[in-house]
Amino acid sequence: MRRNECIAMLLAGGEGRRLGVLTKDLAKPAVHFGGKYRIIDFTLSNCVNSGIETVGVLTQYQPLVLNRHLGIGSPWGLDRRDGGMHVLPPYVRQKGGSWYKGTANAIFQNIGFIERYDPEYVLIISGDHIYKMNYELLLEAHKANRADATIAVISVPWADASRFGILNVDEDGKVLEFEEKPKQPKSNLASMGVYMFSWPVLRDALLRDDEDKMSSNDFGKDIIPKLLGEEARLFSYRFDGYWKDVGTIESLWEANMDLLEDSPALDLNDRSWRIYSVSPNQPAQYLSPEASVTNSLINEGCVVEGRINRSVLFHGVKAGKGSFIEDSVIMPGAVIEPGARIVRAIVGENAIVGSGCQVGSVDSEHIAVVASYDHIVPEIPLEEANPL
Amino acid sequence: MKLPLMGIINLIHETEEMGALTAGRCLATVPFGGRYRLIDFVLSSMVNSGISNVSVFAHTKFRSLMDHLGSGSNWDLHRKQKGLFVLPPAMENQTDFGKGDLYHFWRHRDYFRRSEHDYVVITRSHMVCNIDFSLVLEQHRERGADVTVVCKRWPNATTGLTRKARLDPDGRIAEMQDHFGRLASDIVSMEMYVLRKELLVDLVETSLAQGKDHFVRHAVLSRLGELRVEAYMHEGYLGVVNSIPAYYRHNMELLDQKVWRELFFEPGPVFTKVKDEPPTRYRDGSTVVQSLVANGCEIEGEVRNSILFRGVKVRKGAVVRNSIVMQNGVVREDGTIENCILDKEVEIRKQQQLKGSADMPFLAVKRNVI
Repeated sequence: MRRNECIAMLLAGGEGRRLGVLTKDLAKPAVHFGGKYRIIDFTLSNCVNSGIETVGVLTQYQPLVLNRHLGIGSPWGLDRRDGGMHVLPPYVRQKGGSWYKGTANAIFQNIGFIERYDPEYVLIISGDHIYKMNYELLLEAHKANRADATIAVISVPWADASRFGILNVDEDGKVLEFEEKPKQPKSNLASMGVYMFSWPVLRDALLRDDEDKMSSNDFGKDIIPKLLGEEARLFSYRFDGYWKDVGTIESLWEANMDLLEDSPALDLNDRSWRIYSVSPNQPAQYLSPEASVTNSLINEGCVVEGRINRSVLFHGVKAGKGSFIEDSVIMPGAVIEPGARIVRAIVGENAIVGSGCQVGSVDSEHIAVVASYDHIVPEIPLEEANPL
Repeated sequence: MKLPLMGIINLIHETEEMGALTAGRCLATVPFGGRYRLIDFVLSSMVNSGISNVSVFAHTKFRSLMDHLGSGSNWDLHRKQKGLFVLPPAMENQTDFGKGDLYHFWRHRDYFRRSEHDYVVITRSHMVCNIDFSLVLEQHRERGADVTVVCKRWPNATTGLTRKARLDPDGRIAEMQDHFGRLASDIVSMEMYVLRKELLVDLVETSLAQGKDHFVRHAVLSRLGELRVEAYMHEGYLGVVNSIPAYYRHNMELLDQKVWRELFFEPGPVFTKVKDEPPTRYRDGSTVVQSLVANGCEIEGEVRNSILFRGVKVRKGAVVRNSIVMQNGVVREDGTIENCILDKEVEIRKQQQLKGSADMPFLAVKRNVI
């Protein structure tokens, strides 16, 4: 890819309300995933691995943790003299200025940034999804089709199709119809929220969208349908790999568990497509003589003295003697004290689960959640529960 | 606060009996402790102590050193002001290679002249410890010493090559030997010397003028009478890693949780080159006990009392016992290793059995298939 032929705009303002206590103090793209990473690492690594070296990251909601994580982009090799990563928060102008109103408005407010690089193509992606995708192939397809816009799509189960933006396409992949969350979907091709635009087309569409007072300034709701109505050349690009929107506690838990399958659809150990992240810089994990670990992912700095099965442990987790962790996700720095039991749960960053406590249960329909920095103590004092 | 102390990691003629482990690399970059290189410990100690100007006097086989240190960014030493300097030998002809460290210091005298710091700490790379040099400097100034040598009371020093020292009742060094000798003392030198930069420059010039070119032997030991050479006693963990038995023993000591905690966290963290490996994957049927495991490993077999570096694979039915497996090593199905050290990228074939002894572990050469 020629330098700055294509630049990426990464929408990272997601509030992630459905993740409850896990997003109390941080934006959704900064939520921990996969034992080591944060959700946004996947899209940033995709950009770098695809040869895109200029990325604008649009932040808005609770940006402190996210900004700290992003830094100057060096973990992803995006600290460049020319281009690289730029964090783009909303800002005040001479005549007002405002928060980002919708996805399209966020890009509209940063037209100035894009113009500085004068790209031919602009890739719009979101920091909320877990997937590995070569955007270079998407760009090639976009060029081959002489498209104005190309939308990456993935087949979803028919039963779930009504939750997505659904595309109806012809045999060449040309988009005929776009329906946002249709009641009766005519296809199961869902938009992944990954758009490749020819910049002049996008620029024009954004300017007109801003003038439309009825518009909600959103790509899925406004820009795409409008372009389609104007008979612009809209194409779909089929993606067959693993893709997951980890927007809810259940889906976040599931996506973590997916990594533990025999041959996971999302291979973190693929040397040709590394996922980069901020290094926690901790020593190799220590497993004590009493430890038992099976079918799990464990990161650096952990001290394991208990039994772990089908679980994901982030860096610096301590699992004390006689503790038991199964089907669970334990976020960085959490302490599972001796004798505690964690089953079907997500334990937040630096939380402490006290001796003898139980979190979650095998037959529970829901995934139990312990908030970050929470300290769980037994309801009955230990001495009473286990009289000597 | 920055210390008025510049750090020098002296790799010139390092004493080593590491065989194949140093065939293609210098002692400073021998892998240690699952994810580190020996030099990481002293370098991180310097950075955590507030030393902002560190130079590494490279000597031979320093390709891996340059690769490991890079710009120094992993230690926060990529700076506009000061930072990390790797100084390769600056010689006029080949025979200069054999000359001692004082000669090489002299060749780089401009570097010393340019530094703004008043004090220098000169160290080696093979002392595995986590130490606060600001405390050494503090004692150095308080006692008005000319040279302060970091020492450790080490009654069971049997493996690594060390200099033994005898102290006066007031903590002054009365006698210090080379790596051999019968000095009856349980105090060993950690090869870390704090002194004024001016004194160092003076020692370099006067020693060379007398035809002497060895810092410790000629500049310090021969002047024990005229200089005030004091000891600073290090209380924390120490591993002297310059022989194979010592390498094996000190790695194994990390399997004691107390040592693990002390060496890697106190007084500060140990930094190393970031590798971006995913978390380690334990599969069904894995048994891993009393072991240190770095990231990127995949374990289906059994691992006991061992240290696995980054990206090691232990396949089904394979057994790793009392062993050290370096980066990207593979033990294939039903293979067994016991008391072994596998250098990087060694592959153990299916059903292969390898066994060394605890006092002389079997050492497999880098990229070998056994």
